[in-house]
Amino acid sequence: MNRLIGKSLTRRGVLGAGLAISGVLAMPSILRAQDKSLKVGVYGGYFKKSFDEHVFPDFTKATGIAVESVAEPTGEAWLVQLEQAAKAGQAPADLSMMSQTSTLKGQSTELWTPLDTSKFKHYGDLLPRFINKYPDGRVAGIGAVAWWITLVSNTDVYKDAPTSWAALWDKANEDKLGLLALASNSFLLEVTAKTFMGGTNALDTEEGLNKAFEKLAEVKPNVRLWYRDEAQFEQALKSGEIPMGQYYHDVTGLAVADGFHVRSTFPKEGGIQDSGNWVLSRASTKVDEAHVFIDYMSQPSMQGVMSRKVGTTPTLKKEVLDLKPEEFAAVSSDIDPIIPRYDLYTSKADWINQKWTELIVG
Amino acid sequence: MRREAPKSVADYTPLFFPALMLIVFFVVPFSTMIAVSFFKRNPSGFYTPDFVFDNYARFLSVFFGGVLGFSLMLAVLVAVCCVAIAFPFTYLLTRRPRRVQTLWLVGLLSVLSLSEVIIGFAWSTLFSRTAGITNLFVAIGLMDKPVALLPTFGAVLTGMVYQALPYTILVLYPALVRFDPTLLEAARTLGASPIRAFFNVVAPALRNTIVATLIMVFVFALGSYLLPQILGRPQHWTLSVLITDQAIYQSNMPFGAAMAVFLVLISLALVGLTLLVGRRENAL
Repeated sequence: MNRLIGKSLTRRGVLGAGLAISGVLAMPSILRAQDKSLKVGVYGGYFKKSFDEHVFPDFTKATGIAVESVAEPTGEAWLVQLEQAAKAGQAPADLSMMSQTSTLKGQSTELWTPLDTSKFKHYGDLLPRFINKYPDGRVAGIGAVAWWITLVSNTDVYKDAPTSWAALWDKANEDKLGLLALASNSFLLEVTAKTFMGGTNALDTEEGLNKAFEKLAEVKPNVRLWYRDEAQFEQALKSGEIPMGQYYHDVTGLAVADGFHVRSTFPKEGGIQDSGNWVLSRASTKVDEAHVFIDYMSQPSMQGVMSRKVGTTPTLKKEVLDLKPEEFAAVSSDIDPIIPRYDLYTSKADWINQKWTELIVG
Repeated sequence: MRREAPKSVADYTPLFFPALMLIVFFVVPFSTMIAVSFFKRNPSGFYTPDFVFDNYARFLSVFFGGVLGFSLMLAVLVAVCCVAIAFPFTYLLTRRPRRVQTLWLVGLLSVLSLSEVIIGFAWSTLFSRTAGITNLFVAIGLMDKPVALLPTFGAVLTGMVYQALPYTILVLYPALVRFDPTLLEAARTLGASPIRAFFNVVAPALRNTIVATLIMVFVFALGSYLLPQILGRPQHWTLSVLITDQAIYQSNMPFGAAMAVFLVLISLALVGLTLLVGRRENAL
């Protein structure tokens, strides 16, 4: 007997078996989820890292569906790739995070599989602005992540926080501002309309748009930097080189936590709320799994996790959330937000782009 | 050895590989771009294959003409500055001992390892009010208080000259190192001052090299799109910046392609003109 054990249980054999067993124990999700899987596209970098860490493992544990996360670029490059792939019957990702404008553009070619909202337990709790519908009412996308662009300032240069977007127009701020360089990511037309023209509905007509452009032209002498690259402005804001501007609320919060002398203010006209949707490529065959995933992500508890761990704004009504008041304040505000007029960036895209470019370059 | 004219197809075989590379890496992509530039843009979606002139029509405006003019002017200025700095520098370098030359060249090559992003951010820090070189001037009493040197045209030009200078030196170096020093000695013996000898003997003898270098730096600078954004104001943005906006942010490939085709054609025309003028002068 002893001999037998001695023979079969070599030192190397024990180690090997141990490694194999611990490997199996460490990856139960993969074993269980062999037959069910989902490819999910998330914005590369911070979002993908956070999702891989805080969201996907728990989802697999809860539902048995394995997730393969795909890093997708922001902007419209991913939309173009999904469209080309769908024409060939391929889906580089089943579900993707997609900006509002890109979701609308995808609608034009029926790129998104309409979603069955009866499968989402908390569909009724979603804020209406996080439901993206086809013109005929079918649902094309459900809010995935939302974030704010707010008025940010350097606390060394501005002892008192600005209270209104009108600060951008203040003559005292000449050559002190950093603003986003494109109409479709700065949403400054909407800011102008909400601050001076009574609301973003003023942009419905070409006349209203022209007025907004005229008003916006007055900001130009105050702008030191029109940025496309976030790092460019963040650095200058922290050092006080460019002490005021528009920037992302979540990233500014991280900078404050790191001890930099900056602050993010929700102006009285509201912060700009931008967001991304979950959309399902028409080439995907994982329709059921995709619905399970969206349902899972739209739970109040999951939205709470996202707000605490990733810093995104909840897509559900405040009442159903389990966030403490200070946790809610860190990622959102009760002030009525400025919702971008995404429709303008598809219906009048080139006209607005041309006017905008001439405004800031000319 | 006498060089014979190629007689059969086999004699042309050495040309096949470069021809293939030229087709794969230039003809095919460029043709695709030309084709796309005639496609029809759908603002609410993508684009559809078509043959329309809308994209070119949109480009033919005072606004884009101004941007194109600025881009060309900037590229020419960068080329002239680079050659003006690099030519005397490289000439003096070739007069140094071999070891010194090697050290300098290694140093220059290491500058090439810096990406445009790093160069841009480094200069933006150097030119800033809070951490820039003007703080140094204040410390030694040259200035009262630190100022920001960017965003300005000067900052854009400095950044781009810095980026292109190593290339300029490396292109000039082989020609200058082969330059026969006895020509200069002859000039000196005949009574020319060193400066006069440099401009009357060295510069004319290397005219073709200088023209070729100017063209290379011009083309190199024409494609720059990051430095104008980091170091300049919107009026210093080059056409390349606007092409990127169209292609990446507006997903308007047809218009971006039309602009790029225009830029390539204009720069080819300018290069051709330069060569033509150069040949005329040579003939005199």
